[in-house]
Amino acid sequence: MRTDDLIELLSTNVEPVDHRPTVRNIRMAIVAGILAALTIVLSVLGPRGDLTSLGNFIPAIFKVAATAIILIPASIYLIKLSHPGGEHKTPVILVLFPFIAVIVLAVLSLASTPSSHWQGVILSDAWLECVISIPLIAIVPFAVITWTVRQMAPTDLARTGAFVGLVAGCISAIGYAFHCVDDSVPFIALWYGGTIALCTFAGWRLGPKILRW
Amino acid sequence: MVANEAELRGLMRAGLRGDAAAYRVLLSRLSANLRAYYKGRLSRIGRSATEAEDLTQEALMAIHARRHTYDPTAPLLPWVHAIARYKLIDHLRHTHASMLDLPIENAEDIIAHDDNVSAESAYDLKKLLDNLPTKMRRAIELTKLEGLSVAEAASQCNMSESDVKISVHRGLKALGAAITRKKALL
Repeated sequence: MRTDDLIELLSTNVEPVDHRPTVRNIRMAIVAGILAALTIVLSVLGPRGDLTSLGNFIPAIFKVAATAIILIPASIYLIKLSHPGGEHKTPVILVLFPFIAVIVLAVLSLASTPSSHWQGVILSDAWLECVISIPLIAIVPFAVITWTVRQMAPTDLARTGAFVGLVAGCISAIGYAFHCVDDSVPFIALWYGGTIALCTFAGWRLGPKILRW
Repeated sequence: MVANEAELRGLMRAGLRGDAAAYRVLLSRLSANLRAYYKGRLSRIGRSATEAEDLTQEALMAIHARRHTYDPTAPLLPWVHAIARYKLIDHLRHTHASMLDLPIENAEDIIAHDDNVSAESAYDLKKLLDNLPTKMRRAIELTKLEGLSVAEAASQCNMSESDVKISVHRGLKALGAAITRKKALL
């Protein structure tokens, strides 16, 4: 095939296109992922039963907020990364700040706890359920977001994949927070942070294969 | 260089609004830049001009199929360069090249040279079209090869106009995807 023929083919009767729906589609995929994660958590695992008193409500909100401050910048970066060349506009380091903030809070909280109680705070009953649930629930938002991001033609697949994993992990953790009754900050930092990091790693490894276009 | 960016961006914006003449000029200007870019990179590792032409065409198809991802308020060349480089890396990865670590480049590298000596690519348009579903193939043949308007094409194959548009869009995307898939099997 001659290149001139291809140019002729592509430019004959060319249709006008609008670039705006692309960003909207990713936002919609993220919202759809959040709804899916919430539905799975509330219907399969069930909501935590102690949300009746204000004293329990605040830590639950804290967990959601702590995860959301990672999710929001990560989503903004993901939208940028999804466009060709977007990797040149995303200094990854900024996304690490919320992570570091949560870890600092956890260390401070541990420091104010007698060391004999550390095991109870970190390895309370639900850690195993948390480690299994968050990555499993993340699969649904991961799939939805991957499919949408692929349409946008990302050009750094590993990094984009990592951000898809990070966003999906955060979404899953937000959903799981409505079930999980462990509210200690070190617990959240270790098990929520750890599983979100695991999802990010998985996305980083899978990205070059599943995001290819 | 700056003038070039502004000029090409103007053509791209017109193309996005449906200006076929501007879009044709844009693609042919970019094709010369892409050809020079690929020939330069591939000749260093002893690859043929045909391969550079294959990549030029792939990049053009990608630019066309993904033109909705270009934000008209942003510079055009970084966007084109990212696609060109992505297609190059993807190509090298799937043809067992050892040169995966391309040097760091600037977006301007994409328009550093022109090369208007086009060769034929290894792709056969007819064969590629034959592998498409009939509806997509007919829609592309009528509107893109025979140059009928969307309305004329629609009445000729008893489809609605929006159906023709969608078939053309999907068909062109499928052409690019067919090439990408073939490479994954190499």
